[in-house]
Amino acid sequence: MADQLNPIAWLVAMLQTALFVAIAPLFAGWVKRMKCYLQNRRPPPLLQPYRDIRRLFAKHVVLAHTASPIFRITPYIVCGTAALAASVIPFVVVSIPMAAMADAIVLVGLFALGRFFLALAGLDIGTSFGGMGSSREMTVAALAEPAMLIVVFTLAMLASSTNLSTIVAATLHQELALRPSLLFALLALVLVGIAETGRIPVDNPATHLELTMIHEAMILEYSGRHLALMELAAQIKLTIYAVLTANLFFPWGIGESWSPGVLGTGALAIAVKLALLGALLALGESVVAKMRLFKVATFLAVAFTLALVGMLSFIMLETR
Amino acid sequence: MAAYADLPVVEQAILTLAALVLVTSFALLAQSRVIATIHVFAWQGLLLAATTALVALDTGRSHLLISAALALGLKAMFIPWLLVRQARALGILREFDAVIRPGITLLAGGALVIFCYSVVLPVKQIAESITRDAMAVSLALVMIAMLMLVTRRKAITQVVAFMSLENGLFFAALTATHGMPMVVELGIAFDVLVAAVIFGIFFFHIRDSIETLDVEQLNRLSEIDE
Repeated sequence: MADQLNPIAWLVAMLQTALFVAIAPLFAGWVKRMKCYLQNRRPPPLLQPYRDIRRLFAKHVVLAHTASPIFRITPYIVCGTAALAASVIPFVVVSIPMAAMADAIVLVGLFALGRFFLALAGLDIGTSFGGMGSSREMTVAALAEPAMLIVVFTLAMLASSTNLSTIVAATLHQELALRPSLLFALLALVLVGIAETGRIPVDNPATHLELTMIHEAMILEYSGRHLALMELAAQIKLTIYAVLTANLFFPWGIGESWSPGVLGTGALAIAVKLALLGALLALGESVVAKMRLFKVATFLAVAFTLALVGMLSFIMLETR
Repeated sequence: MAAYADLPVVEQAILTLAALVLVTSFALLAQSRVIATIHVFAWQGLLLAATTALVALDTGRSHLLISAALALGLKAMFIPWLLVRQARALGILREFDAVIRPGITLLAGGALVIFCYSVVLPVKQIAESITRDAMAVSLALVMIAMLMLVTRRKAITQVVAFMSLENGLFFAALTATHGMPMVVELGIAFDVLVAAVIFGIFFFHIRDSIETLDVEQLNRLSEIDE
């Protein structure tokens, strides 16, 4: 691969990652806005998440006297792994040099690293809410991660590679076929994404209801710039799952070369796809009720089964 | 061997429908509401009918169209309607039949699919039908329905499991040899129909004698317990 030595490729990859991190709050704001429209509420301005982050950065950090260094470094690790994960995903253009170093399995590993520190930070202060949130997060993660990995394996078998750029390119260039494996992998990825990013029906990002919160319970003790980083990390993670869904299964329009025109088309295509996905997510969150925490295991078992049926139907039905 | 993407669209659609039938089978396994179980069973019948019709179109065997019509009429409409009516008469339409450990049951279902695939693999090599890839799916339908039979407690969901087992056999005949002879197929269809009616009568008998449809109650002798 000549991409690794091409400075333009690295420049585009870095710009692409910066763009990814920069639009993550916008995507979260867009989902919130669509939800407000659907529920007949007046939406906040589209740029509100940026203002929130700026406001939080300007505030002082209040630390509990029991906080250990882990509590203080966690926001940087969580946000760092999220940004790193964003850098390995084909976003505007297919072939990025980072994808050769970190494949889809590393992506799952990066999520796990961030989650591990998040759970540690939840336990660190010693409040009961933090511990409860960590325990729940790890329960959800233990069930969601295998499903996510099986989705990755299905796609990897299809493209004969775990490299995300190669997978997207393979989906882009293959003949259009009715593939049951991709259908089930898509459904499983959507369910896993909903569980992992803490959206309705698994978790509600908009409330601090102690009986049900998962993600919010862990970051309850954070303030100031730490909280800003945590929120940014959550927004990046939401956008990562949306971009994964869009580019792995509907890669049409993504740029394949470095010329400005192609990059512009790629940016426009992903913007349209994200806008549609955000609207669909908001619609889903408006029509589905939050489920009881004990039902989440069944929800994720369904995701796992769908992923498994996807992989099996690839082996049984599509390999000849 | 031709790659999957080179197959005609109809054959791709048949295989996709086969995968969807497998998913409904998993849904039956995990579904605990009586009414929802019957609905999923109806969907399975509908998908079976659609698959049969597509196979009929693709292979030009017109007698399969009759099978498809029978599947649509009996498995997707009449038997579910009969079951819903009986459940309503028994007052258990909205009840739950607790699935024993849904997560592990689903995993066991997945393991069964893998087992069936490994069993069918040698047969698949020598089979010539266009649907030979779906043979493992049809065997898995039978096995998953058996698993459902042993993990359920209520008589009515066990009957749904039994009917779904019959769906699996029907599907096996379709995928392995493009359907059974018409006489056999008609015979089985009417057998199933009669079975559904007789099961309905049994529901009322079971309820009258032990005042519940929970068949766990039949495992012990009431005289000894008292």
